Amino acid sequence: MIGFELETLVAILLGVARGATPLVFAAIGELITEKAGVLNLGVEGMMLVGAVAGFIAVVATGSTGFGFVAAMLAGAALSSLFALLVLFLHTNQVASGLALTIFGIGLSAFFGLDYVGTPIKGLSGLYIPGLTDIPVIGPLLFGHDIMVYLSFVLVAGCIWFLNKSRWGLILRAVGESHHAAHAIGYPVIAIRFAAILFGGAMCGLAGAYISLIYTPMWAENMTAGRGWIALALVVFATWKPGRALIGAYLFGGVTILQLNVQSMGLDVSAHLMNMLPYLATILVLVLISRDETKIRLNAPACLGKPFQANG
Amino acid sequence: MRNFKAVMAAAAVSLTLAACGEGDAPKQQATEKAPAKKEVVEKKAAPAKPAGPAKVGFVYVSPVGDAGYTYQHDLGRKAIEEKFGDRVKVSFVESVAEGPDSERVIMKFAQEDYQAVFATSFGYMNPTLKVAKKFPNMAFEHATGYKRAANVNTYLARFYEGRYLVGLVAGKMTKSNVIGYVAAFPIPEVVRGINAFTRGIRTVNPDAQVRVIWTNSWFDPGKEREAADTLIGQGADVLNLHADSPAVIQAAEDAGIYAIGYNSDLSKFGPKAHLTASMTNWAPYYVKRVEEVLAGNWTGNRDTWDGLKEGMVQIAPFNAAVPADVQTMVEKAKADIIAGTLHPFAGPLKDNEGKERIAEGAVMSDGDMLGFNWYVEGVVGKLPN
Repeated sequence: MIGFELETLVAILLGVARGATPLVFAAIGELITEKAGVLNLGVEGMMLVGAVAGFIAVVATGSTGFGFVAAMLAGAALSSLFALLVLFLHTNQVASGLALTIFGIGLSAFFGLDYVGTPIKGLSGLYIPGLTDIPVIGPLLFGHDIMVYLSFVLVAGCIWFLNKSRWGLILRAVGESHHAAHAIGYPVIAIRFAAILFGGAMCGLAGAYISLIYTPMWAENMTAGRGWIALALVVFATWKPGRALIGAYLFGGVTILQLNVQSMGLDVSAHLMNMLPYLATILVLVLISRDETKIRLNAPACLGKPFQANG
Repeated sequence: MRNFKAVMAAAAVSLTLAACGEGDAPKQQATEKAPAKKEVVEKKAAPAKPAGPAKVGFVYVSPVGDAGYTYQHDLGRKAIEEKFGDRVKVSFVESVAEGPDSERVIMKFAQEDYQAVFATSFGYMNPTLKVAKKFPNMAFEHATGYKRAANVNTYLARFYEGRYLVGLVAGKMTKSNVIGYVAAFPIPEVVRGINAFTRGIRTVNPDAQVRVIWTNSWFDPGKEREAADTLIGQGADVLNLHADSPAVIQAAEDAGIYAIGYNSDLSKFGPKAHLTASMTNWAPYYVKRVEEVLAGNWTGNRDTWDGLKEGMVQIAPFNAAVPADVQTMVEKAKADIIAGTLHPFAGPLKDNEGKERIAEGAVMSDGDMLGFNWYVEGVVGKLPN
């Protein structure tokens, strides 16, 4: 048995942050989309397209920043296809979202063909002389890569947007009752379009985090199901950004914890530990589904319902 | 360039098999007493010598890329083209899922009168046998499987021999005496690799221990990275892997420790970290089998399990960080394994609970090695069941 030294603990916590960050971006993107009343199950597909677009951009330009921008554009572009289908052609959102994921997997594989096995330089953590050198606290506060900090900024921004800003409240109104919002003159379709694009951009960013920072490479299907975890997180968080952040770190933390348990040779089933976050999600679902009022307090009332202006 | 045509063709396969009816029995007239002549078709379970160029197909489970399991098979395919030139016509289909998809692809090759098909993944076993039954005059070769037929051969590499050799390197290079191993699934093939690696380590360093993390996925770079980081956090200073991405090598490079590659030379993902790699080389086998097909003397029902001796297993060039005496020691061990005087699983061999499994003077049998379900001494923890 190796004792838990402080250094090990710091390394573990830095690892948890790296694992959780893509989940935060994807979950927040999906959360905003769902708050506007649209359910987009294409998260995994948008992440992959973002991952490959970001990677190609970095190989072409050498700039990680440009890679992230390209990833956001690619994610948004793919989500606009989804928006077109569900907002203007009124297709079933669940089916369209699933199709978007399948499409995204294939599309990213196609464009990534020639980039498999190309090594790129990853982005390392920050180093602020003096601050990062402080034992334990230093690396934990000032040792992450820039995207980790941005994910926190994003969550704070979303909390403010949904609760304090005029447009955030309008977006929620559209998600809760699109007919009422339409009746008082808000452009329901335009707002949903914007929410879908934002969701796509954030999912693209999440994918690029994986292909540019987490494991700097491109490989087919490299998100390996994290898009589905992000979707589960939105429910787990009962559509609240702060809880989504906590949930992402919980998911990431459990994964890292089970890996540590394994390498210490402890006899605990890895499968059981991997199940825990999903069990928690199901538990939350059961809790919030117990009665009508609770559900109404949480899930946007018009989630997944197509909108057609009547009259 | 990628063989788009083959990919597109495979994608567009429609399984409209023309039903080959037996034909109605000729009407017998009462006046005619002569028995109806029946043609007997001789069914020979092997391909005849091809008239034109031999058509050879390959089925891959993942994209070829430029490193990894499928890439090594594709190098073997290229060796065939190089060796036989326009006497062969070789094509491949990549990213074919195990199961019904692979059956369609193999069937397509068969319907296009291919002489031989190499199915390169374990999960192609039953589909290969199914198609082989319908095409008795075609040669089928299946990698890593255990079921054979009159026109189906199986082949596998003694990968553990390479694992043992790189274990010697790891045992010499570790300072912390903690060596990490990121592995996919606890199946005998993977366990055998961990055990052989550990035997190599303990030969030169009886104090070292190997810590294993299972990702429970053949492909999840993120998880492989997390596992590697976890092992590094627990003091590992050399990593090895049985997974399909270079994430572990990248993690080692970032942490400034050493790593050992698997399947292909992965040094470009960690020029400082990558000490060497245990690799497969299918080219000699593929060339030999295609040669038989061309000569018309290919036969089925054979099982091949080759290693260092036949060149099916190799190790990658050493990193400059590996001292010359260690390199010499590895070369000597390699020569001994080829000569048959050294066996990675020769007794006395204890499991990691201290029970003696192989007595002094005995050597583990192939059957036991193929069914490995316990850890040798030096591996930490219990094998998940």
